[in-house]
Amino acid sequence: MSSLRLFFVGGLTSYRALFGWLSPWILVPTFMLTPIFQILFFVYVGRAANVEDDSFFLVGNAMVNAAVPCLFAMGNAIGGERMSGTLPLVMVSPARRVPLFLGRALPVILNGFLVAVFALAAGATLLRIHIPAAAWGGIALAIAVSSMSCTGLGLLGAAIALRVRETAVMSNIIMGLLLVFAGVNVPTDVLPHWMRNVANALPMTHGIRATRGLISGGSFGAAGRELLWEFALGALYAALGLSTLRWLEWESRRKATLDTA
Amino acid sequence: MLRLLGVAWWLQLKMRSRSAFDGLLSLIYPLFFATTIFMMFAQGGAAGKALLSAAVGASALGIWSSVSTSAAFALQMERRQGTLELMVLSPRPFALLLVPLTLSMATIGAYSMIATLLWGRFVFGIHLDIASPLMFLSSVAMTVLAIAMLGALIAISSVRYRSAWALGAALQMPIWLISGFLVPLSALPAWVRPISWVLAPTWGMSGIHAAAEGRDAARDLVMCLLISIGYGVLGSIVARWMVRSARANATLALS
Repeated sequence: MSSLRLFFVGGLTSYRALFGWLSPWILVPTFMLTPIFQILFFVYVGRAANVEDDSFFLVGNAMVNAAVPCLFAMGNAIGGERMSGTLPLVMVSPARRVPLFLGRALPVILNGFLVAVFALAAGATLLRIHIPAAAWGGIALAIAVSSMSCTGLGLLGAAIALRVRETAVMSNIIMGLLLVFAGVNVPTDVLPHWMRNVANALPMTHGIRATRGLISGGSFGAAGRELLWEFALGALYAALGLSTLRWLEWESRRKATLDTA
Repeated sequence: MLRLLGVAWWLQLKMRSRSAFDGLLSLIYPLFFATTIFMMFAQGGAAGKALLSAAVGASALGIWSSVSTSAAFALQMERRQGTLELMVLSPRPFALLLVPLTLSMATIGAYSMIATLLWGRFVFGIHLDIASPLMFLSSVAMTVLAIAMLGALIAISSVRYRSAWALGAALQMPIWLISGFLVPLSALPAWVRPISWVLAPTWGMSGIHAAAEGRDAARDLVMCLLISIGYGVLGSIVARWMVRSARANATLALS
């Protein structure tokens, strides 16, 4: 029961403190305006470059915006505690680490999901792109799985934040890598072989591919296979993140480097 | 005044180049966008002038990128460090003190431009046959100044906004789009164009593209300079008003 309480109440409290997102002065520009501007920017660049259609850029850029809360909020789960001087308190707490950190991941996943759904719906309306009503269920699932998978990567970022002080810089770099590799604006089929291999190991790639398939009328079966991959990758990153956290926490205690990283 | 601008610019530049966020990220982050754009144009089979224009436009993204978020957040940082009051108390006009601050950000963006051009040349094999190199350099310098002045105006206007960084980050892509960094203004809806015309970076970018392609960039640079001066005048009026209001209401610290 205490683990469940830690998971839900602890996660929610930490998230509210972390982002301050209840303020519309942050929420609106970050999670509503930026995704729409990003979609419009790449749609127009795509038209200038004479590649793909508007729908391609709408899906890629709407989906990748789910990564903003997933990467930054999870990375800040450690960095924010250090800045506010509460990291040692978290680390000496007897609370079980898995519900402690997974609890922080849950509102982040929900946030990422809502950002991407909003961006997709608003972008489709602005660009007058029709998304079949029947496809929305599958798309929602794809966005949810992609948000989960990206949060797994964010958890790994949170672990690395026990060694790296600049979590915002790290999360921005990961975000940039997703932009280049994950098939957001360039189809993974046209990437060089090594880049395709990297793309297949990153969160978002399979989710974006599944969503594009569903919008263009593809079967749920084909999308389902991509989503299984996406889910498996997310679980792998989350497990890696939790293990790294455990190891770096132990190292920090041993070397007394919690606040000196 | 020139000494003030020069010394403060150099000091700010040294400080920012040691910051991971303002220094390292300002250099690296635009490279991700430029790489994506290079790949998009390569996929579309762009060549010749179209590819050169894309390369030049993509390389200049970093100038605005390094200013947008940082400028909006600049005065909040001064507030956190406890130096905002000192700046306001300085005998020099407050608006003038912000110019070297945002100019240092734009200068880091110019580093990023060079890095991106080299990235385009050596990784993507883009031939950078700049038709008028001298005019190109002048246009880049003018664009850096224009973006710095726009950044200073944003910094002043957002002094009362605690979370100005969020607004600054949200402004990054609209300015890229409507200032013609990569997309010709003619491709945008007609109602957007008047907004583009009052943005100094639009004219700076137009000058950069013109110089790269061998067209006359003089008119663009004059427009860019005039609008930048306009930002300076507007900024100094807003700054006086903001400072007077903050003094009268004791709200400079926002607490």
